[in-house]
Amino acid sequence: MSIMGTRVVRTEDPVFLSRGATYTDDLTDERLNGALHLTLVRSPLAHARITAVDVEAAREAPGVVAVFTGADVDLAPALLFAGANPGMVRPWLATDKVRFVGEPVAAVLTEQVYQGQDAADLVEVDYDPLPAVVDPRAALADEVLLFEEVGTNLAGGFGHDKEFDEHLFDDCDVVVTRDIVNQRLAASPLETRAAAAVWGDDGRVTLWASTQNPQSARDEIAGWLGIDAALIHLIAPDVGGGFGAKIGADPEFALVVWLAKAVGRPVRWAETRSENLTGMLQGRAQLQTITIGGNRDGDVLAYRLDILADAGAYPRLGVFLPFFTRQMAPGVYDIPKVESRARTVVTTTTSTGAYRGAGRPEATAAIERAMDLFAAEIGKDPAEVRKRNVVPPDAFPFETKGGAVYDSGEYAKAIDRVLEGAGYAELRAEQAARRERGDVVQLGIGVSAYVEITGGGAFSEDASVEVHADGTVTVLTGTSPHGQGHATAWSMLASEHLGIPIEKITVKHGDTDLIPRGSGTMGSRSLQTGGVAVHQAAGELVELAKRRAADVLEASVDDLEVAEGAVTVKGTDTSVTLAQLAEKEQLKVDTVFDSGAPTFPFGAHVAVVEVDIESGKAVVDRIVTLDDAGPIVNPLLAEGQRHGGIAQGISQALLEEVVYDSEGNPLTATFADYAFPSAAELPSFTLLDMATPTNLNPLGAKGIGEAGTIGATPAVQSAVIDAVSYLGVRHIDMPTSPLRVWEAINAARVESGAGSDSSEGAQQ
Amino acid sequence: MIPVAFSYARPDSVDGALALLAEHGEDATILAGGHSLLPVMKLRLGAPEVVIDIGRLPELRYIRVQGDEVAIGAGTRHRDLEASDVLGSDVPLLAAVARTVGDPQVRHRGTIGGSLAHADPASDLPAAVLALDATIVLRSPRGERQVPATGFYTGMFSSVKEPDELIVEIRVPRTGSAGWAYEKFTRRANDWAIVGVAVVDGRVGLVNMGASPLRASATEAALADGASIDEAAALADQGTDPQTDVSATAEYRRHLARLLTRRALTTAAG
Amino acid sequence: MTISVNTSVKVGITVNGEETTADVEPRLLLVHYLRDVLGLKATNVGCDTTSCGACTVLVDGESVKSCTVLAVQADGQSVTTMEGLSPNSTELHPMAAAFRAEHGLQCGFCTPGMVMAAVSLLEENPTPTEREVREGLEGNLCRCTGYHNIVRAVLSASGQNPDAVQTTSVDADADQSPAGGVESAPGFSTGSGA
Repeated sequence: MSIMGTRVVRTEDPVFLSRGATYTDDLTDERLNGALHLTLVRSPLAHARITAVDVEAAREAPGVVAVFTGADVDLAPALLFAGANPGMVRPWLATDKVRFVGEPVAAVLTEQVYQGQDAADLVEVDYDPLPAVVDPRAALADEVLLFEEVGTNLAGGFGHDKEFDEHLFDDCDVVVTRDIVNQRLAASPLETRAAAAVWGDDGRVTLWASTQNPQSARDEIAGWLGIDAALIHLIAPDVGGGFGAKIGADPEFALVVWLAKAVGRPVRWAETRSENLTGMLQGRAQLQTITIGGNRDGDVLAYRLDILADAGAYPRLGVFLPFFTRQMAPGVYDIPKVESRARTVVTTTTSTGAYRGAGRPEATAAIERAMDLFAAEIGKDPAEVRKRNVVPPDAFPFETKGGAVYDSGEYAKAIDRVLEGAGYAELRAEQAARRERGDVVQLGIGVSAYVEITGGGAFSEDASVEVHADGTVTVLTGTSPHGQGHATAWSMLASEHLGIPIEKITVKHGDTDLIPRGSGTMGSRSLQTGGVAVHQAAGELVELAKRRAADVLEASVDDLEVAEGAVTVKGTDTSVTLAQLAEKEQLKVDTVFDSGAPTFPFGAHVAVVEVDIESGKAVVDRIVTLDDAGPIVNPLLAEGQRHGGIAQGISQALLEEVVYDSEGNPLTATFADYAFPSAAELPSFTLLDMATPTNLNPLGAKGIGEAGTIGATPAVQSAVIDAVSYLGVRHIDMPTSPLRVWEAINAARVESGAGSDSSEGAQQ
Repeated sequence: MIPVAFSYARPDSVDGALALLAEHGEDATILAGGHSLLPVMKLRLGAPEVVIDIGRLPELRYIRVQGDEVAIGAGTRHRDLEASDVLGSDVPLLAAVARTVGDPQVRHRGTIGGSLAHADPASDLPAAVLALDATIVLRSPRGERQVPATGFYTGMFSSVKEPDELIVEIRVPRTGSAGWAYEKFTRRANDWAIVGVAVVDGRVGLVNMGASPLRASATEAALADGASIDEAAALADQGTDPQTDVSATAEYRRHLARLLTRRALTTAAG
Repeated sequence: MTISVNTSVKVGITVNGEETTADVEPRLLLVHYLRDVLGLKATNVGCDTTSCGACTVLVDGESVKSCTVLAVQADGQSVTTMEGLSPNSTELHPMAAAFRAEHGLQCGFCTPGMVMAAVSLLEENPTPTEREVREGLEGNLCRCTGYHNIVRAVLSASGQNPDAVQTTSVDADADQSPAGGVESAPGFSTGSGA
């Protein structure tokens, strides 16, 4: 019986559930004996000139071995993302200026971790405050510049150098436009950032770091330090979540390496949560203007998306992500005319990068909001309007007006199935009954349909499979997981070919000396690249074993089959085990799989919320999702990815937001203030399945890691608005907090007499 | 994050703790459950030189009926309040409010005396003891005094408790079958209340509607004058001075105070 | 009577059934005593504000957040960490086994604290409803699982069938309503008439 598609429990778990996983801060590697602990002195101001840094008192504090300031670091400030405005470089420790609260200003190395904060508190920095610029619209005005010598706050853009088509909406009877916010979020993996480095006598450095892609992190750090990447041995131990914010390296990792060299001792660093919520890359942070037009029958004829993205103080991946937002702008819809542009500006805030979905949730949230506004304007059911405009199943591969080529999809079917699964008609009836009764608790129903891009950007991945003489198997993979269960799934893929049970298969990842090439785990790419590479390697190993066995068994390769870890002459009991073959000669295959293109998983979600219209509080009562990522290797793992994604989607819609005051002070820099949800704020989830394969890889697999987030966010936001739409509310920005819902209801009631709430709608 | 270094003592009696408090004055602080104090110390928003640990004193951990009152030792933990049969039958409001404090781990450690002494305006228990017309018993080397809960709070994180005094007991009237309710409005289950309203026997305590927990006296007066619940609740924000923060504007807090008071009074009226 | 005020204190704590002693700074947090003095690294630190629960251990059988307890406060008491639940990785404690069977963990960072909180929850409430599980774990944050399978694991460990108890329908869980009647928030509106 095939192991594929079965609910295999994780091979990782017995250790995780007994002695616990080993994260970077847990390491007891003897090479780290005597390591110094790094404590960073961070800026309390968002924007200021540094006039003096006095570290003398800190140097005298107990346990202090060294204190460094920016002046001590002999590294050129680095452009942290190659596509950004080249002058927007970040110093390793701030020298002349600080540009966000949390920017490192001095580095304190102590014998004991408890001594670090004591000493750091003694570092005196004199600041001359400058005006903060927090709102990207204000940054765009270039009145306060973060980098005076650059002369602008514009960090990058896509399609922003040409004018919008003034005739885009000429054919439309109805045009709706709205400014919406896709708010800034903190990725908040439970493990904060951590690194440890030790230089060896051979002139190489071993760096342990909590990262999603060790090989890329190694290359980035080498580039920043100006050394050969071959000198860095980077190891990712167990990683406690990433969600995009641990893609690649952070400057602190490079600083740890540099400091270890400078003091000639191992150095360890693990940040606090308060540091994490100002230092780690944050996500989303787009201001969008959406304009949608069509006819009163419900045909959408034109769509425009104008993006102003917030890069934070020092441009990182956040500069690039609007590229994906533009590419996915039309969503699942076949819209005749689509145009978009994106501008990204620096602000005196934490830098932005990937967060679960990374540019695509922003696209889906925008088009789904636009579809709702359009449907409301023409007075039609939002689910019906969606179905009317989706790309039909016979149109694939389908090249969109966003410039993407969708591989396969059944969008209308997905919407139909999720509506049926949720009992959409009954829900509408229940909603009508509550409205009729004038209930305090009203029902809201939100429908979203989405398509997203997975495996984008890095299509190739290495894999190696080796059977050993003792019958065990080692799999090497370039995708380095942080909770996704690759050890289990990759074992299943190898086991399927070799017939060797997964208990005998070890999956290794995250060590750049062992696995020099790899692109890591991000963008829902792992199965369709790294997993397929393992599948391919195991298949090639079967063929290799057959060729070798043909000699041993004096049989034709065509007469041989591999099952239960042995090569057998078909129809006989003449066989040789793979282990025996390995005894004679190393039995190992290295391979590379290259899909050449990304895949486009899709789905539809229905969210049901209850809104207390007196207090404004919304609670998700139920969410039903259909997420189609093609055939599933292990439903237990795939469902887990969907659950986590759905929770983060609900949370963006209802709860989470990184907030800065006008002076750039973060107001959500602890978990007491940042609205990370607990089990008590979330419902259980209803998952529906559908599997439309892609032809871009032999498993037919697409990515599943981010789908839940991309679909759930607009469904829940839409449901909250839907609950109070009968009062005249058309839009509420996320998070749809009780305060915002209450204010929206009040505003609609005030305006309802004049009907001005819908005045933004009909512009033509 | 970790606290600034301090010296530590664990006296084996209340008298021992009082002697240490007298000796070290404002340099010292009392540690009971630690769930108000240690978070402040870890963030280095407070740095006492001497920490006097009373968290293990059996003489401070009890719940017992004394005539018309229930006497509760200051070291009684939230979990003890929550699970107490005596409170469940005689002062159900207090048990119910204790159940809404923090999360189970916090309730396993945090104490009623610590919560009242910390005087956080967003904390649940102070509003409950206000609504209950409780009495707070303070002891110092100078002796013992009883302060009505309504006269205990003086401002943000401050009370009439002198630096050499220790809360040793809270005396709560047995409300028995009187109607009661607690309405706590949060975004997340274990958040501090955006606004909370405790009602028992026609008295109304407000959480997070100003620098100190307070009673909704205009509402209470209206009720006493025979006003309807709706009319009385509409006055709940009178005399309050709520903050604007990330979760709520002052105006929204006023609205919530009125709304939650109406709901709590309605529930209490059964 | 003299009471000593100390800058270094000797603590004796029974951890996972074994006596441990050390001279420590009074400010040493219990979590760092476990991790750095004893080398028990399962218990993690995920925040600074007693919010996330990753550091949850049992002290005398009750769940506590060991980042908000001084080691010296646990002097003379008994502490259980996740390492103390299961004798080894092949003989998992029933709660740990349920987490595995239901895929109640992904990255694993919240897991030790979550498991300990769940053990304490069932100690106080052996047969909780789904809602009681969710509120009972409100002090433990997980970013990976969305809690769905954690809730299933705890229900399963309590001897209940999660498929039967877990509610995903709009009608079955009226107690989650944001204002069921006059209530305003799940679990936080109580009263004599409620």
